[in-house]
Amino acid sequence: MSKLKNKKRHLEENEEEQLPIFDKDSGEDGHLDDGDEDPADLSDSEESVFSGLEDSGSDDEDDDEDDDEDDDDKDGSEEKSSDAEEDKADDDDGDLKLSAKDDVKPQVDSQNSKEKKKKKRKGKSVLKDGGEEDVASGRDEALKITSQVDEYDHDTSDEEDIRNTVGNIPMEWYKDYPHIGYDLDGKKIFKPIRNKDELDEFLDKMENPDYWRTVQDKMTGADIRLSDEQVDLVHRLQQGKFGDVNFNEYEPAVDFFSNEVMIHPVTNRPQDKRSFIPSLIEKEKVGKLVHAIKMGWIKPRRPKETTPQYYDLWAKEDPNSILGRHKMHVPAPKMKLPGHEESYNPPPEYLLSEEERLAWAAQDPEDRKLSFLPQKFSCLRAVPAFSRFIHERFERCLDLYLCPRQRKMRVNVNPEDLIPKLPKPKDLQPFPTTQSLVYRGHSSLVRSISVSPSGQWLVSGSDDCTVRFWEVSTARCLKTVQVGGAVKGVAWNPNPSICLVAVSYEDSVLLLNPALGDRLLCTATDQLISSYAEPEEVKEQPVQWLVSEGEGHEQGHRLVLKHPKAVRQVTWHAKGDYLACVLPDSSSSVQVLIHQVSKRRTQNPFRKSKGLVQCVSFHPVRPYFFVATQRYVRVYNLIKQELTKKLMANCKWISSMAIHPGGDNVICGSYDCRLAWFDLDLSTKPYKVLRHHKKALRSVSFHSHYPLLASGSDDGSVIVCHGMVYNDLLQNPLIVPVKVLKGHSITHDLGVLDVTFHPTQPWVFSSGADATIRLYT
Amino acid sequence: MGGLQKKKYESGSATNYITRNKARKKLSLSLADFRRLCILKGIYPHEPKHKKKVNKGSTAARTYYLLKDIRFLLHEPIVGKFREYKIFVRKLRKAYGKAEWSAVERLKENKPGYKLDHIIKERYPTFIDALRDVDDALSMCFLFSTFARTGKCHVQTIQLCRRLSVEWMNYIISSRSLRKVFLSIKGIYYQAEVLGQTITWIVPYQFAHNHPTDVDYRVMATFTELYTTLLGFVNFRLYQTLNLVYPPKLDGQGEISLKAEFEEDYALESESYTEKLSALSASLARMVASVEEEEAELDHFPTEGEDQEKMEVREKMEQQQSKQKKLFEGLKFFLNREVPRESLAFVIRCFGGEVSWDKSLCIGSTYEATDETITHHIVDRPSMDKQYINRYYIQPQWVYDSVNAKIQLPVEEYFLGVTLPPHLSPFVEETEGDYVPPEKLKLMALQRGEKPQAEEDEEEEGEEEEDDEEDEEDDEQSEDEEEAEEEANLAEMEEKRSQGKSLSVKVTPGKAKAENRARAAEEEKAEEKRLAIMMMKKKEKYLYDKIMFGKKRKVREANKLAAKRKAHDDASKADKKKKKKKC
Repeated sequence: MSKLKNKKRHLEENEEEQLPIFDKDSGEDGHLDDGDEDPADLSDSEESVFSGLEDSGSDDEDDDEDDDEDDDDKDGSEEKSSDAEEDKADDDDGDLKLSAKDDVKPQVDSQNSKEKKKKKRKGKSVLKDGGEEDVASGRDEALKITSQVDEYDHDTSDEEDIRNTVGNIPMEWYKDYPHIGYDLDGKKIFKPIRNKDELDEFLDKMENPDYWRTVQDKMTGADIRLSDEQVDLVHRLQQGKFGDVNFNEYEPAVDFFSNEVMIHPVTNRPQDKRSFIPSLIEKEKVGKLVHAIKMGWIKPRRPKETTPQYYDLWAKEDPNSILGRHKMHVPAPKMKLPGHEESYNPPPEYLLSEEERLAWAAQDPEDRKLSFLPQKFSCLRAVPAFSRFIHERFERCLDLYLCPRQRKMRVNVNPEDLIPKLPKPKDLQPFPTTQSLVYRGHSSLVRSISVSPSGQWLVSGSDDCTVRFWEVSTARCLKTVQVGGAVKGVAWNPNPSICLVAVSYEDSVLLLNPALGDRLLCTATDQLISSYAEPEEVKEQPVQWLVSEGEGHEQGHRLVLKHPKAVRQVTWHAKGDYLACVLPDSSSSVQVLIHQVSKRRTQNPFRKSKGLVQCVSFHPVRPYFFVATQRYVRVYNLIKQELTKKLMANCKWISSMAIHPGGDNVICGSYDCRLAWFDLDLSTKPYKVLRHHKKALRSVSFHSHYPLLASGSDDGSVIVCHGMVYNDLLQNPLIVPVKVLKGHSITHDLGVLDVTFHPTQPWVFSSGADATIRLYT
Repeated sequence: MGGLQKKKYESGSATNYITRNKARKKLSLSLADFRRLCILKGIYPHEPKHKKKVNKGSTAARTYYLLKDIRFLLHEPIVGKFREYKIFVRKLRKAYGKAEWSAVERLKENKPGYKLDHIIKERYPTFIDALRDVDDALSMCFLFSTFARTGKCHVQTIQLCRRLSVEWMNYIISSRSLRKVFLSIKGIYYQAEVLGQTITWIVPYQFAHNHPTDVDYRVMATFTELYTTLLGFVNFRLYQTLNLVYPPKLDGQGEISLKAEFEEDYALESESYTEKLSALSASLARMVASVEEEEAELDHFPTEGEDQEKMEVREKMEQQQSKQKKLFEGLKFFLNREVPRESLAFVIRCFGGEVSWDKSLCIGSTYEATDETITHHIVDRPSMDKQYINRYYIQPQWVYDSVNAKIQLPVEEYFLGVTLPPHLSPFVEETEGDYVPPEKLKLMALQRGEKPQAEEDEEEEGEEEEDDEEDEEDDEQSEDEEEAEEEANLAEMEEKRSQGKSLSVKVTPGKAKAENRARAAEEEKAEEKRLAIMMMKKKEKYLYDKIMFGKKRKVREANKLAAKRKAHDDASKADKKKKKKKC
């Protein structure tokens, strides 16, 4: 309600106030004829900047228009929105005033004149469209800035709202007071009574169609409804446009200072004298330049030479310029020169066949031997461009600057020089060279052979559970003895005065009297065995000594030693009284047993197991005992009962071992194809390792007095080496392979199983998996 | 014990090498600049002997430079030029961005440049050093000179490369130092001997290049920059040694004759001149008017350690060479339009021949096809319509093969439409045991001065030889067989002897076995060797095995080639016979 009232009041005020303007205008015109019309004029021009105000007073457009047209007709200097009013005034006041005005105005407004007219026309056209509306709006505008109206009322203040005199302060300071300021008289201006709650607000919002254009005046606290013009103004400002509707931002530019010479100068000032006289400073400068050119200080810029200039760079070859780095320089290898295959018309053999071409295509480009496919063209004209030419050049470039270089000494070795110079085998004779006899009879692999000390007989044990005795010189089988299992080892007693053979099969060792050769010897042996008298106190023995009788005795069985486990190897001491057996089992401490035949006594020399025992051997002269485990050979002193040496064989698994008759050298064969020669005086490491067999070594052997050693292997060959041991301690043993003996066929991947030398002759026997025994002489 | 404890990796090889990244940081250069510097200065990575030591225990793959090299780079003035150039580029970019065209103009005018003269001098302190390294430079320049001017590199570079390569070719022609030519599927290889240095280069066939995308042209351009400088100086010096004018000028006669005809075809005087030079048809002007070459007889002094025989061999070689230089002297060639003009003109002129071509083909032709004095007309087409009777019509391969053979080969095999004999590489020097293609053997016989027999005879001979060989083989085989048989017999008998008494024992009259003593001795030797090989040390055995493996592979390859050839010949013979029968 209050708001409405307020408005009404405003309207009334407005109407009241409008009148005085006109009054004033006319009055002023009346008063200030003689050029003092400025305030009004200024105000007018000010107004013209603002939107609606321009037309505020112009009710009678028709007049205006006519007048304008007239003006146009006459000349371009007539102008102005206020002209309308002035015209009116003219009507009132007469020509006098007009002339005065004309005098003053042109200079001020001449520039604006044209624009103004245009604007006016626009405005007029708008007005014509809705005359009534315009009137209303005009009124609204007038209302809107009441302050302005008031301003005219009380000319002295430039405040916006003269009714409130609090000044330009934040209005919230009056928040808690009932009044909002003071009027000119110092009386409080009370805030309009606002008892609107939110509901009222809402209802207002819903019902009042002008709610959206109602704003609160902070100064008065009153609600103001914005007129259409004002809303339009706000919109325009929001859009970043000029507030004035009629203002044209894109006026055509008027080129006042053009090349066209106008009859009227822009300025009427006469030209200076200095514009006619040449400048002294310039003259000085030019003079300096001329002087510099004359003196040759300034030269014209030489044209840049793009082509490089060459001269004799090496005119003075200074030997000092060859630095150390030139000697260090590793020159890049030159490109490989092309071979026949790169020809455009190569010989036919250099062309790839279809398979080769496929193989070539399947290879990686890096792996290819040729980087291109050889091709044949019938004539030079048909040869195309090589597609990888640039690539190859580029790769060469990369090689030159990216590839690490290293100087490598390539020794041009003659392969013949690498072969060691050894004495000729011919000079190292005698040694077995040819296979002379084959002993056939066994039906399964022959695991072990042994020759009698006289060299007349040969005993062999085989997997067919027989032991056979052969006459060496005729290869005749003299005797076959059945035993109760596959024979693992046989050993002829090395004592020539005893005729006894030890045979190991399964868990027993059988002592056989073959009854071959001298009858006296045989009976003496039998007597020796039977002459055994039981000692008084019987010791607990790890082995059962049984005397065989009956049929066995007839066959030659004399004693049977029952062992707790399977026996693999038997070997005699050189004197022929002691017998060592190997019972391989890494878990138990009983792996080696030494039997004394004459006393029928058995000892277990080792308290502790040191690994799986492969084979054992007695030293030929001194009381030493050699035990080969998988990797080491341990040498024990039997008298002192201690370990004297431990030989490292450097191989994975020792298979066999042999002692040189001198006793200072040992050879070991191993399953990884090596034969290691130890010189006990030298070191515990092998003096020499030979890898001449292709497969696992099964057996090695020394000759008893010739400097020969033999090794048998799974590859079916026996290699005989000359192994000379010198008495001179400073001279190392000489080992020369002298013969490769072949003859055994490979069955079940096994070749030669045992080799042994004849005790007196340079002959070697070998037994193989093909159930034969061969003699090489 | 006094003294400080030695720390690991503080002396020795660990401090002599530097990794690439560290080197880059030390020089404070970008990778591209570092690369450029390395290319220009000839700094390359080194492979240390003990990588692990250098790498402080790690075995990661790295490239190492010698620390000395990098220190050497520190004082290179060209590094400063690189920086200047970088700054220039930055300024230019800014000016472009701001559209300050006058600034752009000014900057461009003052574009910083650098010269590589001092680097060349430093890298190659003597001229011979430079000559030794000119191979790659030549190949690169010839390649670049064939590029189209389409922006893979600067046009100036291409022009410069062309100019330098033409200069080089002209030098080779005037010094007559070309030795070998090879037409490969990649391009044409030339080998020349300049001041005692063998220089080989390759020229691609004249086709437009299909520029690959995976090639860094910047690297190539940097190399070319260096190579053009090097080649320019080398050319200058070489021209000087021959008293030729540098930059090359055509001598008086050539110039006059050329001037008259082709003046109007080229807009620029200089352009036409370079074209004339590149035509390779006229000889060059000399500083001192040459008295027609008369070579003073050189006295030969035997160098130390050289005996009479060697000297004779050397003399012979020299004689041969001088003969080769005059290989085509007195011959007049005419090139048909389908043959590679430049290459042929170059080769023919190098050996003293006269050469010309169709006027419309290229500038610089000296006589017409109708000239009566032409001796050889080089044609690469199956047939010709109009043939002159007093000249040979031959295929271009004849020229190249003759050059390689150092004699004028018989022309019959190179006539029009004839299937050409294979073109062999002159660079292959067969050592003993290598495969030698039969054509090469024939050629060698020709060189020795033996008259080529009628082909059939030769073939027969060959066959006979082969037969002989086969016979020998057969002999060997039969002997082997005999032995084997005997052994078998013996074994059988042994078996019989050992197994059965039931077998009837018979005495057969034995054959006296011819003892082949030599063979026995050989076998013994072989066995000795085998036994000795057993006793080799592991290291030596390894080396020996490797060497032997290589040798065996060589033999295998040679055998394979021989077998292939034989199969091919057999097949072609069979074909011929069939054809004959059909006829």
